[in-house]
Amino acid sequence: MLKVTIDNIPVEVEDGTTILNAARKIGGNVVPPAMCYYSKLKGSGGKCRTCLVRVAQSSAKDPRPMPKLVASCSTPVQDGMVVQNLTSPEVIEARKGIVEFLLLNHPLDCPVCDQAGECDLQDLSFGYGMEETATEEERREYPVIDIGENIKLHMNRCILCYRCVYVADQLTDQRLHGVLYRGDVSEISTFIQNSVTNEFSGNVIDVCPVGALTDKTFRFKSRVWFLKPMNAHRECGKCSGKVAAWMFGSEIYRITGRKDQYGELETFICNECRFEKKESTDWVMEGPRHIKRQSVISSNHYEEMKEQSIIHPIEGTMEKKE
Amino acid sequence: MGGKILLANIEIPGIRDFDVYRAHGGYSAVERALREMTASQVSTEVTRSGLRGRGGAGFPTGLKWSFLDRKTEKPRYLVCNADESEPGTFKDRYLMHHLPHLLLEGIIISSYALGVKTSYIYIRGEFKYLVGILEKAIKEACQHGFLGDRILGTDFSLNIYVHPGAGAYICGEETALLESLEGKRGNPRIKPPFPAFKGLYGCPTVVNNVETLATVGPIISMGGEAYAKIGRGKSTGTKLISACGNINNPGVYEIEMGLPAEDFIYSPEYCGGIPNDKYLKAVIPGGSSVPILPADLILNTAKGEKRLMSYESMADGEFESGTMLGSGGFIVYDEDACIVRNTWNLTRFYRHESCGQCSPCREGTGWMEKVLSRIEHGLGKMSDIDLLVHVAKNIEGNTICPLGDAAAWPVASAIRHFRHEFEEHVLHPAEVLEKESRVVKNRRFTIFEGSLK
Repeated sequence: MLKVTIDNIPVEVEDGTTILNAARKIGGNVVPPAMCYYSKLKGSGGKCRTCLVRVAQSSAKDPRPMPKLVASCSTPVQDGMVVQNLTSPEVIEARKGIVEFLLLNHPLDCPVCDQAGECDLQDLSFGYGMEETATEEERREYPVIDIGENIKLHMNRCILCYRCVYVADQLTDQRLHGVLYRGDVSEISTFIQNSVTNEFSGNVIDVCPVGALTDKTFRFKSRVWFLKPMNAHRECGKCSGKVAAWMFGSEIYRITGRKDQYGELETFICNECRFEKKESTDWVMEGPRHIKRQSVISSNHYEEMKEQSIIHPIEGTMEKKE
Repeated sequence: MGGKILLANIEIPGIRDFDVYRAHGGYSAVERALREMTASQVSTEVTRSGLRGRGGAGFPTGLKWSFLDRKTEKPRYLVCNADESEPGTFKDRYLMHHLPHLLLEGIIISSYALGVKTSYIYIRGEFKYLVGILEKAIKEACQHGFLGDRILGTDFSLNIYVHPGAGAYICGEETALLESLEGKRGNPRIKPPFPAFKGLYGCPTVVNNVETLATVGPIISMGGEAYAKIGRGKSTGTKLISACGNINNPGVYEIEMGLPAEDFIYSPEYCGGIPNDKYLKAVIPGGSSVPILPADLILNTAKGEKRLMSYESMADGEFESGTMLGSGGFIVYDEDACIVRNTWNLTRFYRHESCGQCSPCREGTGWMEKVLSRIEHGLGKMSDIDLLVHVAKNIEGNTICPLGDAAAWPVASAIRHFRHEFEEHVLHPAEVLEKESRVVKNRRFTIFEGSLK
């Protein structure tokens, strides 16, 4: 076991754990935000740079700080490492810069976006975003395309986290979509007008941190915070059949996987469960689902976020929050 | 000045062919290394020589080799990075074009030292004409028993393959190069793990620049300690500098480390001064990624010492008043050059070449290009200058690979040293644009004929 200190809170983790996962073990507000890292997808992370942290001491043997900020999702901890997340103003500044970059070409069409209310980028902007935009350039625009029977791609909203590419790589037999071109014109698209037909392709919607990939069966039906999430299950030959059913009255508006407090799916579900089973008779209801994330859908307001908000870097010691 | 080491034989006609190269002492270093030395002795010689990576970062080669994971059963690979695409740098092309066997010799010796059985030369897509030259050289070396199975009757076998890229600057970054070599999209990998542990096909890999590997042969011939005596301080040996811009004699020069930058610019042996008796305005001394320096700081450091062509002297003064030797792409600007236009041009390059994987570089390079384009075309505001500094600061150090830094440094340094020019562009756009068009019209470009033959 390795001893690590993150924002003055000590924690013991196993060898090979990343800083982010060590912080998640502590929980609360020392956990750096992650837009591209997904613990269930191998190789994900390191791209969005929102989880940058400062390593004030590399290890017990080597007390020097690391010269640059490091991506906590892809840097393994060492024994005696001292990490600063919210206690370092440098990290807060860098993160604000990253949010600015992520929002630079984001259309900010939250009022018409299906993801609004459960969007990682919204939460991140609330925590670290600037009030005004410094850019006056036009945002890049792409046409909205269908990349499968039930999946809509709004490339304008995409932050190129590559999560959907990893899902397609690791969950499905043949990846039919990927990243085309490079630099600030790179885009997610399918291979020459192909459509993504795999049975697990719907999971790209759940892993998408923004509203770039949305469920066509739920498009414009309702705002997510008007719906009531229920744990539900059914016998399914392809997946575990354990889902979250989003209800309005007795009507099921949409089916998603069950997400944990970091917005990650507990299990991936198949397209049949997700898109086709929309009758309440299809499902065995287990009861209301508590959403652990701090977001609009959980509390209808941002009170809890506000308390944690990072607009002023936290000074001195921090106590672990239960 | 010390004699030339890499380019000593470059004037000999036909040196590109095996027979001529062999007749002038070629491949004697391979014979010496394989017959008289053990692999670890070769590594020790290279460490002793103090050779530093010539690709730009200047990391000690011996140290890099020592990181290679020798414990695993997996095969090891040596990859020669010939993806030279930095604007202003053209030394590797020159070396491979004229002295392909020198590179092969270096690869054979290095592979022997590292216990490598397969080496790759990853060559830039635009250097297509060099692929034939290198492959011919490899064929010749095979025929004469310097490559293939049981080289020179020893137990050591090696095959070298040339792999042309598709012409992406980012593939010069070592992990992006490995991805590309594996046949994937050339995105840099997240480090750690470093290539010394998990490189090509997940096996331990060393990636070295062309010039670095080419230097290994002469180091073995002359001995590491003799090589370490050349140069200055920790910058040992000689360095190829590709000089271009507003100078009388553009071209590739081999200099001993520690040559004063002033001598390099004005000596008739090297750049030969600025044409038409113009004044020196600024220099980018290490390829487009390194900070630009105004004339007074390139000739003398902030402390008043002479600026020398060495890793330490160039970096003297950190980023405030220093720069880096980088890959040795020496770009000289005379008094007529417009720094804003030049910086815009560089950002355009980095915007185009950013791989788009991590957000600061993907969005930041595009943003800087747009703002600079606005300033250059007379539509800028005073606040745009500070905005550029802000964007450059947010990119720097926060990206996966050094391309982000390489894009941010030229902008940050240009504003640091030439802020008045940016302000001039904002305040008097019409006059500046008029002057620029006059300069461009009157400028005569000289073409260096030597290297194109």
